[in-house]
Amino acid sequence: MSASYGRIVKDGLWENNGVLCMLLGMCPTMAMTGTGTNGLGMGLATAVVMAASNLMVAMFRNYVTHEVRIPVYILIVAANVTFVDLAMNAWMHELYKVLGLFIPLIVSNCLPLARLEAFAAKEPVLPSLVDGTFMGLGFTFALTVIGLVREAIGQGTLFADAALLLGPWAKVMEMRIMPGDWGILVLILPPGGFLIAGLLVVAKRMIDLASGKEIKMAGAHSV
Amino acid sequence: MSHAIRPTWVHATILGTFCAGFGIALALTDDITKAPIKERALEDKMNSLGQVIPRSIHDNNPVTDTVKLPNPKVGGHGAPAETEIYRATKDGKIVAVAYEYMASGGYGGPIRLMLGIAPDGKLLGVRVISHKETPGLGDKIEAAKNEWITRFTGLSLGNPPAEKWKVKKDGGQFDQFSGATITPRAVVGGIRQGLEFFATNSSRMMEKK
Repeated sequence: MSASYGRIVKDGLWENNGVLCMLLGMCPTMAMTGTGTNGLGMGLATAVVMAASNLMVAMFRNYVTHEVRIPVYILIVAANVTFVDLAMNAWMHELYKVLGLFIPLIVSNCLPLARLEAFAAKEPVLPSLVDGTFMGLGFTFALTVIGLVREAIGQGTLFADAALLLGPWAKVMEMRIMPGDWGILVLILPPGGFLIAGLLVVAKRMIDLASGKEIKMAGAHSV
Repeated sequence: MSHAIRPTWVHATILGTFCAGFGIALALTDDITKAPIKERALEDKMNSLGQVIPRSIHDNNPVTDTVKLPNPKVGGHGAPAETEIYRATKDGKIVAVAYEYMASGGYGGPIRLMLGIAPDGKLLGVRVISHKETPGLGDKIEAAKNEWITRFTGLSLGNPPAEKWKVKKDGGQFDQFSGATITPRAVVGGIRQGLEFFATNSSRMMEKK
């Protein structure tokens, strides 16, 4: 069941999107999408871990027996998270100060584990790397959009503090679209995460319906 | 992936090998990154000291001129047993001290503050070093995100009077954030307690070595 790279990319970014379609990784999705910037940061850190974990599992896939695969996968994800955490703290310290909070949370995300089990355990190294990368980018896309919607309605800004994450040039991305005292607090708080994530799932399905696609209940295992 | 039944020791060996391999890799990474991480932490410390003690008023490196005092009880779990007091001097005379103080009662646990205080008890500056407050709500206590924390500069225990060292919601004079009262309340309380720590220990903080 080798899928073409185009298929893998499309699946990861949209068709089988980790958040909007498979509804996986809900913990960081709810916790880190108060602003677009936080969603983007969390998403990018997750994408790095997913790409590295997929790559490693695909490399070792012929040496891991079926019975112990889950502990080995968890070990690989946790080790990658720690590598990223330590390396960023040492060599990308400015970025770490912003993202450091998010990184340990990646271990609690079941999307990387789902991709290891559903894809990397069965496919060669290169497609697995591509799958991990684009599933991660699809996750980033979903988190950023949820974050932007919550931020825009909740506090009236777009990409607030993006310069802290991406560097001074990102100041141009920071926008205030509502008056200064605007704010609908519930959207910043956890219920807003559920609300907006749910509405975006609906939106994705409506877009798919309108373009004539069949809506099927997707699971982690549909490649 | 085959589903043939293998003896248990095969699985155990595989799992054990992976654990050992990644254990070694993690230990190596920790070893390589230890020194740079320590360096970064020191730089952070110098930066946060620089923010609470203006560089223009002293001519030494406060990171190297320290005294240790027993940590005040407040702040609780995880706090080190001793508080390091950084002393800024000019021509050998102490012009300011700075120390870390744990504000308890934050929404996501203790909030680490760095206080810079002049010998007369006036705050030269306060910064939040680390916290686990809600992003987008409580994190306005960071100087990078909001100027709220700079309003404490120049205040002292008598100014404002003790009953006004609270957020407005509790009848004090400091603003809370819309949607986040707990965080600023913890910070205001922490700063006040940090100043009280100075008031009771100032002679020991400033004694000659």
